Amino acid sequence: MSVASHSARSRVTLKARRLPGWAPAGVGAAAILIAALAVYLPGAGGPVLTSVVAALLFLVGLGALSTVVEGGRAARNRVATSLVYAAFVLALAPLLSVALTLVTKGSERLNGYFLGVSMKGVSAFDNKGGAYHAIIGTLEQAGIATLITVPLGVLGAVYIVEYGRGRLAALIRFFVDVMTGIPSIVAGLFILAFWVLVVSPMFNNGRPEYSGFAAALALSVLMLPTIVRSTEEMLRLVPGALREGAYALGIPKWKTITKIVLPTAAPGIVTGVMLAVARACGETAPVILVALGNPAINFNPFSGGQSSLSLYVYEQAGTASKYAPGRAWAAALTLVVLVLSLTVAAKLLARRNKLAR
Amino acid sequence: MAKRIEAVNVSAYYGAFRAIDNISMTIEPKSVTALIGPSGCGKSTFLRSINRMHEVLPGAKVEGQLLIDGQNIYDRDIDVTAVRRTIGMVFQRPNPFPTMSIYDNVVAGLRLNGVRKKSLLDAACEKALRGANLWNEVKDRLNRPGAGLSGGQQQRLCIARAIAVEPQVVLMDEPCSALDPISTLAIEDLIAELKNEYTIVIVTHNMQQAARVSDRTGFFSIDKTGEPGRLIEYDDTAKIFTNPSVKRTEDYITGRFG
Repeated sequence: MSVASHSARSRVTLKARRLPGWAPAGVGAAAILIAALAVYLPGAGGPVLTSVVAALLFLVGLGALSTVVEGGRAARNRVATSLVYAAFVLALAPLLSVALTLVTKGSERLNGYFLGVSMKGVSAFDNKGGAYHAIIGTLEQAGIATLITVPLGVLGAVYIVEYGRGRLAALIRFFVDVMTGIPSIVAGLFILAFWVLVVSPMFNNGRPEYSGFAAALALSVLMLPTIVRSTEEMLRLVPGALREGAYALGIPKWKTITKIVLPTAAPGIVTGVMLAVARACGETAPVILVALGNPAINFNPFSGGQSSLSLYVYEQAGTASKYAPGRAWAAALTLVVLVLSLTVAAKLLARRNKLAR
Repeated sequence: MAKRIEAVNVSAYYGAFRAIDNISMTIEPKSVTALIGPSGCGKSTFLRSINRMHEVLPGAKVEGQLLIDGQNIYDRDIDVTAVRRTIGMVFQRPNPFPTMSIYDNVVAGLRLNGVRKKSLLDAACEKALRGANLWNEVKDRLNRPGAGLSGGQQQRLCIARAIAVEPQVVLMDEPCSALDPISTLAIEDLIAELKNEYTIVIVTHNMQQAARVSDRTGFFSIDKTGEPGRLIEYDDTAKIFTNPSVKRTEDYITGRFG
């Protein structure tokens, strides 16, 4: 038979020589040893230089060994794999470093007292004071901004995806893209010029009113494009077949959108909203410009200056007092934990809705 | 229950492209009508124009008259949602609503059209699922997600969802093309039962299926790519498959097309 004779003539080799499983670990240990000797004996540097030299030695050594034993393709595979892992570690290192620094330095002062008092009457020589007023400010400003932007942003995205046709929709999308790139200080200046200096005097006997609400408006300007764009992407991911399935049941378009399309996209929309909230919580510039900051507790977002956590961190980091840096770190940790817990809560809520319904 | 559909000179467009040209046919109540023909010949377009689903796509429009009970569904004073409630549709790929349970999927059409009463919904759900031959398989897990069923079950769920609103006509756009032979058989049996109550129009690429399930068959074709699709022959299924009067129909059915 021709098939049999063919396979007999040129037998396919599927086996190849492979390095043993412990080879990468062995090369790694050898690389670290050689690097340590080369760095520490002449006293050229410390652990950082050692690890860089070790990583390079590992790459070269493993590549060379693999080329000799396994051949070129396998060697390139090993080097590429090592590079991918190295990139992952490099990307993760700053994140871990930031998190670690934040937790160690922030947890020193973070306690019930810090969370429960304001900075009113705290002088540079007092080891007292807390972030209560700033937490209230952040929650109120970000909360009001979220209340303003979520309906606007989601409905805007619904318009773009479900109703918008032709030039108007394209124009709106373009301007949303432009808005995404607005620096926060510009948003703050816009609200300062428009709201604080022009509109608010009408309600305040002709005097401009700096307030947490103005800060919320500035944060809204920053959050709106993020929410519109992320919601738009999520709505586009909802298959057209679902909309057609709903239309074919005689369900009107607006009910199809509110009962079928939006619930299907809800987890993604929530993620986008939380990204926007996280960004708003971290903004300092607009709060400085239009809410001014306030060392005392101010529950009223519509009247008087208000602080926020990010503004508090900025102030404390710049205050000439040996107790201020500790307060700044503790407030930074508070901010991160606050945003993190809000995000987790929102995600859990979105997921539960989906399954229980 | 069932209604007669009369298409009079129906043409459908995608933008400037004319997809079907001057289709006229009468579909009898309580019968199964199969539409066959090569890909791109306008079967699905014609099917979608029967319940005004064609115009959902941007730039699509329909000309001509489609009469249900003597009313042209393309008249200006027609309520589109009422048309679609009267003429249900099952799609090529099962499309259960992913956020809803089996129960919610079946009653979605009723609930989102304003039916609130639990007892009514429960009764409609059971009736539709029994009608779609799915009740025994899912009656103990009505609160589980509809997307967790197998492909064949999902398609029967979509059929149950379509008949839960008690339409007069059920349109099926290649309902079995994504299913295995056993699920296909289940759906074909179902079509035979549904025929007692509904008018059914089914688009299929499977000629054996058309021969098995339908009473009347329409053969659509195009002269060449870019030309609109036309209805070549429309007759009793037995005649189309044994003694078609047009040469092109015979060529297509016996596999000598092109």
